[in-house]
Amino acid sequence: MRNNRFYLLIGVLFVLSYLATAFVDNQYYFFAGFAILQLMVMALAWNILGGYAGYVNFGSAAFFGLGAYSAIFVLQLFDATLFTQIIVAGCFSGLVGFGTGYLTLRLRGVYFAIATLALLVVSETLIVNWDYVGGAAGAYVLPKRNPEILGVLVVGKSGALFGNYKELLFFLMCTIALITIVICRFIENSKFGRGLAALRDNEEAAESMGVPTLKLKLIATSLSASIMGITGGTFPYYMTFIDPISAFNLDISVNALAMPLIGGTGSWLGPVLGALVLGTLQQVVTVTISSSINLLVVGLFLVAFVIFAPGGFLGLIQKYWKRGG
Amino acid sequence: MLGKFGKLRRNIALVSVLGFTLILAQGLMTTATRAAEPIKIGFSMALTGALAGGGKQSLVSMEMWAEDVNKKGGLLGRPVELVYYDDQTNPKNVPGIYAKLLDIDKVDFVVSGYGTNLIAPAMPVVIQRDLVFMGLFGMNNNKKWKYDKYFQILPSGPNPAVDFSRAWFDTVMALDPKPKSIAFIAADAEFARNLKEGAVTNAKRIGLKITYNKNYKPGTPDYTPIIRAINATNPDVIYVASYPNGSVGIVRAVSEVGTKARGFGGGMVGLQFSGIMKGLGPKLNGILNYDFYVPEPNMNLYPGVVDLLARYQKIAPSRKVDPLGYYLAPWSYAYLQVLGDAVNAVGKIDHAAIAKYIHATEFSTVVGKVKFGKNGEWANGRTLTVQWQNIKKQNDLQQFTKPGIRKIMEPAAFATGTVKPFNALR
Amino acid sequence: MFSFELLINAIVIGILLGGFYAALSIGLSISFGLLDIVNIAHPAFIILGAFICFIFNSHYGIDPILMGIIFSPVFFLLGLLIYRIYYERFEKTGAEALRGLAFFFGLMFIIEVILIMSFGVDFQMVQAGYIDFKATFGVVDIPFRMFVPFVFAMLMAIGLQWFSSRTFFGRAMQAVAQDSLALRLMGIDPVKIKTIAFGISIATCSIAGALLVIVIPIEPSVGRLYIGQVFAIVVLGGLGSQSGTLIAAMLLGLVESLITTFFGPSWSPAVAFGALILVLAFKPTGILGRVGDTRG
Repeated sequence: MRNNRFYLLIGVLFVLSYLATAFVDNQYYFFAGFAILQLMVMALAWNILGGYAGYVNFGSAAFFGLGAYSAIFVLQLFDATLFTQIIVAGCFSGLVGFGTGYLTLRLRGVYFAIATLALLVVSETLIVNWDYVGGAAGAYVLPKRNPEILGVLVVGKSGALFGNYKELLFFLMCTIALITIVICRFIENSKFGRGLAALRDNEEAAESMGVPTLKLKLIATSLSASIMGITGGTFPYYMTFIDPISAFNLDISVNALAMPLIGGTGSWLGPVLGALVLGTLQQVVTVTISSSINLLVVGLFLVAFVIFAPGGFLGLIQKYWKRGG
Repeated sequence: MLGKFGKLRRNIALVSVLGFTLILAQGLMTTATRAAEPIKIGFSMALTGALAGGGKQSLVSMEMWAEDVNKKGGLLGRPVELVYYDDQTNPKNVPGIYAKLLDIDKVDFVVSGYGTNLIAPAMPVVIQRDLVFMGLFGMNNNKKWKYDKYFQILPSGPNPAVDFSRAWFDTVMALDPKPKSIAFIAADAEFARNLKEGAVTNAKRIGLKITYNKNYKPGTPDYTPIIRAINATNPDVIYVASYPNGSVGIVRAVSEVGTKARGFGGGMVGLQFSGIMKGLGPKLNGILNYDFYVPEPNMNLYPGVVDLLARYQKIAPSRKVDPLGYYLAPWSYAYLQVLGDAVNAVGKIDHAAIAKYIHATEFSTVVGKVKFGKNGEWANGRTLTVQWQNIKKQNDLQQFTKPGIRKIMEPAAFATGTVKPFNALR
Repeated sequence: MFSFELLINAIVIGILLGGFYAALSIGLSISFGLLDIVNIAHPAFIILGAFICFIFNSHYGIDPILMGIIFSPVFFLLGLLIYRIYYERFEKTGAEALRGLAFFFGLMFIIEVILIMSFGVDFQMVQAGYIDFKATFGVVDIPFRMFVPFVFAMLMAIGLQWFSSRTFFGRAMQAVAQDSLALRLMGIDPVKIKTIAFGISIATCSIAGALLVIVIPIEPSVGRLYIGQVFAIVVLGGLGSQSGTLIAAMLLGLVESLITTFFGPSWSPAVAFGALILVLAFKPTGILGRVGDTRG
């Protein structure tokens, strides 16, 4: 997609998402939409490290959870606003990501994946034992009534930018998703992206050709972690009650990984497609079939899909269109 | 990165995926052409995942309530219909489910799922729309919100975490000589931690010395090191706040290692589940634990509870749920009973009026008289402390249906026995 | 709070626990360690085995371990079948180990659902004479509930070790991980070896399941608690080394037990995984892994 068309599309979606909150009455779409967009952002962030650089991260839930808990921390500390929470979350997770990248310097492939899993367990245990943010008992978060920014009422029953917090969160998540897509696309077409690709294809060769692999790895890990942290930062306000088990749940890591696998890891389009399809499927199944059949459907879908389309959606598109032209 | 594709092709692909997604999503736009007839009560319930044992048990008895109400003419003359979705014991699913119930399924009333963690995420949705909300076994969900239309069916009392264990402490302090020290062990998870904090408050109030106070990770396979470490500090009584797999492990560990403590138990979830009762058998003797309903003679004075359980136990095997249903079935029936009675009494679907009525009334339910206090918690707690006694057979579930196994220690009004030291019964 | 009695018992339980963990991980050390198959459904297969033992124990009173051993050929065949599918769609087409991951995730969900639909979601336990028995030597207690699984775990580990180093198939299994081209040049079909190896790894799940249900009460989703641990143990021990896995499992069991006894149980998972990170920082291929192994 050429630059102009792309940015135009992004702009249009941005405006549309705001208008949706203004005109769509049925709240359910914001809940489901938020959930799907959150999955999309996590998938995109995962793909930066996993798809572009080839480093499989099992610990996405750690960055997400640490983001959520840094938001809670600043909330407890000085009653921070939602925006502050998100920014702090992003920064803290980014730092942790940086540290992780540094510690796992010499680890490749599977060892890296397991180290990230270890990170997840250690983070969860630390938070579980930290009573200031609620510990294992969990923390309640009461969103501020009628918050304002520069005098403009942001959330309120009438005369505000948004009717309620779910609409605001939906819009925020949409914005974050769009920004992440822009970032990913930018990476793909940049020197940074090419460096990552070299890393993915053959790290030793890349190093011997002078590619600064350590620097690239650190940037990719920090960026990926930071975005995941930002997503986690929105979690407390959305759920109003979080505990370590749900913030550090393995299913967050699973989804972040499954969606790019299903959609395709080559470009930003893959995670987007994967999240749209798998996310929507999960949402629909939760509120229709809804029983243990739920898990069965998702499981069968995963298995069938991965068996018949191992390159993900993008792979399918490639195969199909290649035949045609 | 798709190389030589035309952007046209990529756009087509994108659009077709979006289209596919929208078609999927359409499945959600269920028709609004429903007859105005039935009154719909919506909720999420844990039918899979860690809390599913309790969730499925509750659902069976809730469906029995709906049947009973419809036999008597329904609510406000209209038949009642339960609309529910499986939250998979995953709090993340809860907000979306309630949004769907309210915005798409257009239910008239909502009640909660089972467990504090699954009730909490529904609170903002419910509060935003100003609806009456009945809670099932949630601890302190309303403490921060202070919502005036929330009502909880957990019989702990006005200050749930502390009141929950009050009866247990009253019981152990009746041991002779009086205990002077206590050890605490709790699972690192919400309910257990809250219970323990409440229990610690009680212990401090009484002036017991705390010799050990730690938490364990829920997946731990073996508890003998913990029991030994506790024993090394020589407590007079031990308070345990655990979840099912921990409860089993701890009971086994204390059976193997033994203890000099004279009181053992407190907040062990899972000992009320049939599979676990049957599996542990005589190892349970002497344990002092919380409970909500046991088949002791004076408990059967609750109006209708004996029949309810008999009916439940007939259908339980085919529904693959807990065969006895003591733990949740009476309570999940009761929380709907309160709602139903209030709705009928008020005469119309007016949530403010219904909430006011519930605050002001003492209800007569299958779990006896229910009166709500501040924040929707019970005005008077009725958590039982029972002591397991006289369990003789291994691997026999029927022995637990007879009186004399779980003797009620507290509250005094229901007592059927006096407390004995732990080791005296083993 | 320190006492000799506490210490010795903590060590004993730590070793028994380590044996238990070893039983859970040994199959994975073959499928993941040797064959590079990220079988995240490994714990799910163990739970499947556990439920089978439960149902025969509860209806016919058959000892769970006996059942586990009887059923292992069935699991072996199941493993063969699954590997064939996996091979056709993933390895043959040269996809990296990670592609198969989603396949095994799906498999994990499917197994869990089948268990939920067949057995319900309640906790289940087994009955066996030795579960309540305890042998005492002075101040040391040896609970048979842990000891019997430990014994069988050791038997399984030793059996596999013997198989790997003494039999033809076993050595071929080690070889296929190192250099399958060389193997082919010697006239052996690597695919056949891998299929059998995977079958063996699933067969161990049958026995591991029996041991699991003796130690803890089970319900269909309980496998998820162990995913992190079994993978960590295999990596910590070094990919491709069964004895490494055994050592890692023992280490983990000991560390957990000692930390629990002397510092408090809530820190034990962090310590265990923290240890993993430390080991990997100094020896990136694990305790007994081959140096320079850049599996990716």
